[in-house]
Amino acid sequence: MKKLLVLGAGTAGTMAVNKLRPRLDGWDITIVDEDELHYYQPGFLFMPFGKYSRRDLIKPKRTFIPDGVNLVMGTIEIVEPENNQVLLTNGTVLPYDYLIIATGTHPTPEETPGLESDDWYQTIFDFYTIDGAEALAKKLADWDGGKLVVNIIEMPIKCPVAPLEFAFLADSFFKEKGIRNNVHIEYVTPLPGAFTKPVASEHLGGMLAERNITLESDFYLERVEDGKLISYDEREVDFDLLVTVPVNMGSEFVGRSGLGDEFRHVPVDKHNFLSTKFENIFALGDAAALPTSKAGSVAHFAVDVFTDNFVDYVGGKPMTEAFDGHANCFIESGDGKGMLIDFNYDVEPLTGKYPVPGAGPFSLLKETQLNHWGKLAFRWIYWNVLLPGRPMPVPTLMSMAGKNPVEQTQTKQQVGGM
Amino acid sequence: MPTATISGQEVTVDDEGFMTEYDQWNEDVAAALASQIGIDLGEGHWQVIKFLREDYKEQGETPMLRRVANMSGVSTKELFLLFPKKPAKKMAYIAGVPKPHGCV
Repeated sequence: MKKLLVLGAGTAGTMAVNKLRPRLDGWDITIVDEDELHYYQPGFLFMPFGKYSRRDLIKPKRTFIPDGVNLVMGTIEIVEPENNQVLLTNGTVLPYDYLIIATGTHPTPEETPGLESDDWYQTIFDFYTIDGAEALAKKLADWDGGKLVVNIIEMPIKCPVAPLEFAFLADSFFKEKGIRNNVHIEYVTPLPGAFTKPVASEHLGGMLAERNITLESDFYLERVEDGKLISYDEREVDFDLLVTVPVNMGSEFVGRSGLGDEFRHVPVDKHNFLSTKFENIFALGDAAALPTSKAGSVAHFAVDVFTDNFVDYVGGKPMTEAFDGHANCFIESGDGKGMLIDFNYDVEPLTGKYPVPGAGPFSLLKETQLNHWGKLAFRWIYWNVLLPGRPMPVPTLMSMAGKNPVEQTQTKQQVGGM
Repeated sequence: MPTATISGQEVTVDDEGFMTEYDQWNEDVAAALASQIGIDLGEGHWQVIKFLREDYKEQGETPMLRRVANMSGVSTKELFLLFPKKPAKKMAYIAGVPKPHGCV
């Protein structure tokens, strides 16, 4: 009996076993995780502002693992690709014919000197963990103002628009509380602007300015010291309250197993997710080193492509489907509005309508209330449609239909801009 | 693709002036590209540029800052001194490899 072993029962791993179970008759499928709980990570963004509490965002992982798939709880020690087996820290040995690594990427504050100091969860917070988001909610509930710095330390990070959303929501939150005049919000990023891609960066940069959020770009953080961020080129930004996105790293066993890059993300073929080193190992979701956003939507589109390919591949046929890097993210912009972006490896986020050209109902790169409701409704879709692997009524590969082409002048950047 | 004449040679470049043909690069072109962005190439620069050329050839993509710092023997701090403000972009520009895909 052929054995498929999946490491990680998060978004990508769970979707993969749900899609593959009915397609792999007679296979033994096992999925491993060290945490019984599945977190709805997109919800973490709202927690600091009191919109969700812990219980709104957690369900047992077991609920989403289909019959006929073994769920093993344990911590992964190492993958031994030469022996086609995985060892757990409790001594369990799990042999495989095919391995899928889907253990995600994680905020790693210990990578940056000065973050995990006495100030951690006092004046320095992250919001990419449920503990961080919850601690920050308590802090913000009675914070009466000062200088708030929202910071990204180093790319790539998962959900790269979330820090911008945090800044927009913070602006809206302080306005509602009537203390916006007492708060200076600064956005400090290693990117050359608000976002990576030109058209979106220009839109989002404009939105920061409209909200009186100052932007410090090309800021590559070296250390945090005495209430200041200090960059590698010795620029300093002081803060009263720091909300930072720590360096994102893949799971430690990936590094120990020699399967990761410098961020412990697994190098794979960007069109079919096959490891560049081993022909029976794949990586899905945030765990993979792909040149697109690390996001649940990417994992979803990727798993759709992967499922057909994997069935062909194990049947000795070539993998004919090619993933295009399709990503699709709602961006909360505050005051009950949101935007949507839709893009892939080759096409940057553009303006237009989605998913139906001309009709939408969602508007791309434009703030609307409907986009905000779309984002909130997504939590239900995530638990009830996405994780169980049911079909979503949107195309897997990105489509140009409904998008407005880039105006030539907008993307030109000059070398002088370096 | 537009072309540019650099150090007397015709090279193919993208919209932002990054060279698109790996084999059109040579050390004279590198020096000319560097001087366009105000950098006078010394030993430290060359160490980094050679690493970028080799790594790109092996991996097929431009390494990010962390990889360069881990593998070239030049620390992040020094990279910022050698290629001020935007080291990732500047070193790729001089080494004649594509702009790093800034990660979306």
